[in-house]
Amino acid sequence: MTKWLEDHLPKLMLAPSFVAVLVFVYGFIAWTAWVSLTRSRLLPKYEIEGLIQYERLFASPRWDTALNNLYIFGALFIVIAMALGLLMAILLDQNIRTEGAIRTIYLYPMALSMIVTGTAWKWILNPGLGLEAMVKGWGFERFSFNWIVDPDMAIYTVVIAALWQSSGFVMALFLAGLRSVDGEIIKAAQVDGIPTWRIYTAIIIPSMAPIFLSAFIVLAHLAIKSFDLVIALTGGGPGFATDLPATYMYAMAFSRGDIGQAASSAMVMMAVVFAIVVPYLYSELRSQKDD
Amino acid sequence: MTELVTSPARGQSQAVRVLLRWSLYIALGFFVLIYLMPLFVMVTTSLKSLEEIRTGDLVALPRAVTFDAWFTAWSGACTGIKCEGVKPYFWNSVLIAVPAVAISTLVGAINGYVVAQWRFRGANIIFALMLFGCFIPFQVVLLPMARVLGIMGIAGTIQGLIFVHVVYGIGFTTLFFRNYYVTIPVELTKAAKVDGAGFFRIFWSIFLPLSLPIIVVTVIWQFTQIWNDFLFGVSFSQAGTQPVTVALNNIVNSTTGVKEYNVDMAAAIIAAFPTLLVYVVAGKYFIRGLTAGSVKG
Repeated sequence: MTKWLEDHLPKLMLAPSFVAVLVFVYGFIAWTAWVSLTRSRLLPKYEIEGLIQYERLFASPRWDTALNNLYIFGALFIVIAMALGLLMAILLDQNIRTEGAIRTIYLYPMALSMIVTGTAWKWILNPGLGLEAMVKGWGFERFSFNWIVDPDMAIYTVVIAALWQSSGFVMALFLAGLRSVDGEIIKAAQVDGIPTWRIYTAIIIPSMAPIFLSAFIVLAHLAIKSFDLVIALTGGGPGFATDLPATYMYAMAFSRGDIGQAASSAMVMMAVVFAIVVPYLYSELRSQKDD
Repeated sequence: MTELVTSPARGQSQAVRVLLRWSLYIALGFFVLIYLMPLFVMVTTSLKSLEEIRTGDLVALPRAVTFDAWFTAWSGACTGIKCEGVKPYFWNSVLIAVPAVAISTLVGAINGYVVAQWRFRGANIIFALMLFGCFIPFQVVLLPMARVLGIMGIAGTIQGLIFVHVVYGIGFTTLFFRNYYVTIPVELTKAAKVDGAGFFRIFWSIFLPLSLPIIVVTVIWQFTQIWNDFLFGVSFSQAGTQPVTVALNNIVNSTTGVKEYNVDMAAAIIAAFPTLLVYVVAGKYFIRGLTAGSVKG
């Protein structure tokens, strides 16, 4: 008996976590998928009715706005965060004496809650008392910066706050990448008299392709999950102008009492994440097996 | 690496190099200002009176420093109907984060040890399944979790939130420990087994003493995640059990009474303080967790 126990102990120790993951991740996804195919409203129903919830979802103007916002927000956030991160990493990678301190400053927003970030930017972007009022106070009476209350522009304030929060992190990724480029090749290129910008565009940046991919995955993942920042910054408003799929799902689940819509919108989010993360995880796990 | 941009390339004069070096520092300084500005604005706004906020400049230093907003934020600000500041919610967050971090780290250590050192058939598949769990959008589990917490009788409680954070934290903690233990040769475990040491003995006397760096990374990662969580906190708490992030959001978005921006800012700094402190004290480990957690699969 003790021998059996000793032999199976590793499996037994892993078993509770395995069961937990099976139930609370995969079982729950299955539950949500199931309910997304029913007529559930306030309470879940379990008779499958087909794709009616998805038809309702894609017919809903609010969901339409949420998806559009995700495209705008996601694209701008990912592209600008990568560009800024790369720029800051290259600037920092020039034997700066105070590099450690500067790096710390670029990265600290990452330690903050999105709710804190949203609160801070909500105040800064407040047209009556924040940035706009300040510039007006400097004598530029006609200066206007009221994006946060403008339904057409409010989503861009979410981009600004998200960039402030996360671009330092992208910088850290790229900085690590720059440090791992073979110094010999660069020296050789310098000796050959190749101009610096060519060294970057032709040698260093192409060799960092895996890091671009990682940064993309991380940022895309952050963008899809973005919820707290919108809640704190704009509350999804003005109106529903800054709704994202995550806030739509939450509103349906907890304030509208529309479980069917909540489940189907969650499944769409899941599908998007799946499409991005699974190929990445698969290749990562494979490359680990190889070495 | 070498200082590429400003290293002496052919045909660059001394003047050009100095100019480049200066523009480099100006660019870096510009970004430093941008990153520090919100924190600066938060701190100065929290130290101003409402009167001064209405009449003054966003980035101006306070003319008369007052800590009133801090006292209000800590013990008097209103979240909906109650006006007891962020204090009770701050302690809720502590009560949630401390056990959840401890349990998920311990479970992750054991899991990582099993997956990396006791490789039985199927262990890798289990690990891959757990890993994928780290990446799901949590919206997909909110509805069933709300029901299950109700069935378990811990809906709206601190215990319920601890449970949720542990369940969805073990994927990452397992990943951290697994990636760390995988670098330790399996021969070590095998030799110890031959010498008669058991599963726990080997973990306790060989692996745990080696684990301090990864424990620090994991604890910091989990603490930051759980302290900063909003989605689970707002979905699975009740009036008395909300974590500080939820309370902060309620204070800021409460529509009753005069908007007290200075109180909002003080409350935000209080809510941010623990994770900022961790970052300042142990930033190196924080960054290691970030890169390990989000890059390496």
